[in-house]
Amino acid sequence: MNIKQISVFLENKPGALYAMTGVLAQNQVDLRALSVAETKDFGIVRMIADDVYKATTVLKEAGYIHSITPVLGVAIADVPGGLNRVLQVLTDAKVNVEYMYAFLGGKKADHAYMVFRVENNEAATAALAARGIKTVEQEEMDTL
Amino acid sequence: MERYYQPEIECASREQIKAWQDERLVKQVRHVWDNVPYYRKKMEEKGLTPDDIKSTDDLYKLPFVTKADLREAYPYGLVAKPLKDCVRIQSTSGTTGKRVVAFYTQHDIDLWEDCCARAIVAAGGTDEDVCQVSYGYGLFTGGPGLNGGSHKVGCLTIPTSSGNTERQIMFIRDLNATILCCTPSYAAYIGETMKEMGLTPDQIPLKAGIFGAEAWSEAMRQDIQNTLGIKAYDIYGLTELSGPGVAFECSAQSGMHINEDHFIAEIIDPETGEVLPEGSKGELVFTSITKEAFPLLRYRTRDICMLTREKCSCGRTHVKMCKPMGRSDDMLIIRGVNVFPSQIETVLLNHGYPANYQIIVDRVKSTDTLDVQVEMTPEMFTDNLGEIDRRQKELVDGLRSMLGLAAKVTLVAPKSIVRSEGKAVRVIDKRKI
Repeated sequence: MNIKQISVFLENKPGALYAMTGVLAQNQVDLRALSVAETKDFGIVRMIADDVYKATTVLKEAGYIHSITPVLGVAIADVPGGLNRVLQVLTDAKVNVEYMYAFLGGKKADHAYMVFRVENNEAATAALAARGIKTVEQEEMDTL
Repeated sequence: MERYYQPEIECASREQIKAWQDERLVKQVRHVWDNVPYYRKKMEEKGLTPDDIKSTDDLYKLPFVTKADLREAYPYGLVAKPLKDCVRIQSTSGTTGKRVVAFYTQHDIDLWEDCCARAIVAAGGTDEDVCQVSYGYGLFTGGPGLNGGSHKVGCLTIPTSSGNTERQIMFIRDLNATILCCTPSYAAYIGETMKEMGLTPDQIPLKAGIFGAEAWSEAMRQDIQNTLGIKAYDIYGLTELSGPGVAFECSAQSGMHINEDHFIAEIIDPETGEVLPEGSKGELVFTSITKEAFPLLRYRTRDICMLTREKCSCGRTHVKMCKPMGRSDDMLIIRGVNVFPSQIETVLLNHGYPANYQIIVDRVKSTDTLDVQVEMTPEMFTDNLGEIDRRQKELVDGLRSMLGLAAKVTLVAPKSIVRSEGKAVRVIDKRKI
């Protein structure tokens, strides 16, 4: 029950991100979420795309190094305390969150979405489901 | 007035120097023939016996000795005296495979210290001076050599060794050190630190510095002289030959006098091995004619250099060498440490990285920096920053233990390292020396 995050290695210098988004743009890849983790010299761009296969194929052809990581996409009630509730569930289930970032959830306005990278996807999904919190599927990426 | 440690030697006539060299070379060739099978074999391969070497005019006939010979003969293969007569070893900083280990009898150490004493006196040192030796002590020859020279001159010697800059400055100020011996980059660093502390040259008791073990420019000399308010003198040497003091600068500060009573210098074409006429630029080759334990005949230094016998204003008659102008191999000297690109390659391969790398050497605030850029590979890539960071640190540790030197590791994008005609450019040396 998870979505596939594409992580790409980029050097931390002007134009590096632009060059990569250019490759995606030329190939009509739609991004749903994106986050950058950076060090002084390099960065890792993490993103959720509508078409994982197409995105990774064109990136590879363009010479980028990437990896795929299963992450959780969580629908969060767009009200004060919405995120706090999700984190409480994960805390209770003793699931550690490595990192998280927001999702572009423009098409259905009642929910916000976030991507969670956790230690244990199954435990997290089960704990969230038990408390009625929805996780999204890769197949939903072009409909959200 | 110019002062000398051994005036009768340092200012001897050219005829006298030639006579010493002729006599000592003949004796040295006989000594290695009798005591070092490795040399005897090399000479026999060229069809030579000691009788073929009658004076320095026959020197060109002898085979060269290279660093590869030294490694092959490691550890005892070139030792010409029984070990019971040897009292010390010193070793090179480079660690390509086997280190070079040089042996000394007490007599060898005496002569080496004389050479260092000549350098200190040429820099204005007397028994009234306080000489702080901030070269590393230990296997490295810098500390022990200048320490011995300083004793011979009768200076009050402060053996601080390298590092702990605040303590260095404290001793210089509290004990009124007048002469500083260290690498030029460390001298510049000490100078900058003093400047940051708000000290002006007139508040620093130093009057002279003897700096060597790495290449440095005239611009750097001016900088050091201005910040510390001293005269800065160059000194040259190789562990293989003894250590610092093979050659040293005098008051003229325009090249280093080679101690020709102990070493015969030649300039050769590095490609053909042919001896080049005086004034030509080529590879510097030395023959140590007084060493007992570890004599080297025609040792190829790989330093590109020029020699001049023009009369020197200081009164010394020994030949002068210019600052080395480069290397005839790919060895880099970084912060006084010998580094070969092949060593870095070995570390990368051992850590699972491909041999797609580039070495960038620069000099920032007078200190050499070494940046190893490595191309990221699909195998090494992970989404986890902490994991990449850990692998990077392992690589830094691996390089430190191989090179004895801190290097920075930068991960770069695949195919980003410049390749010319398909071959990667391995070394970019941005230092302006």
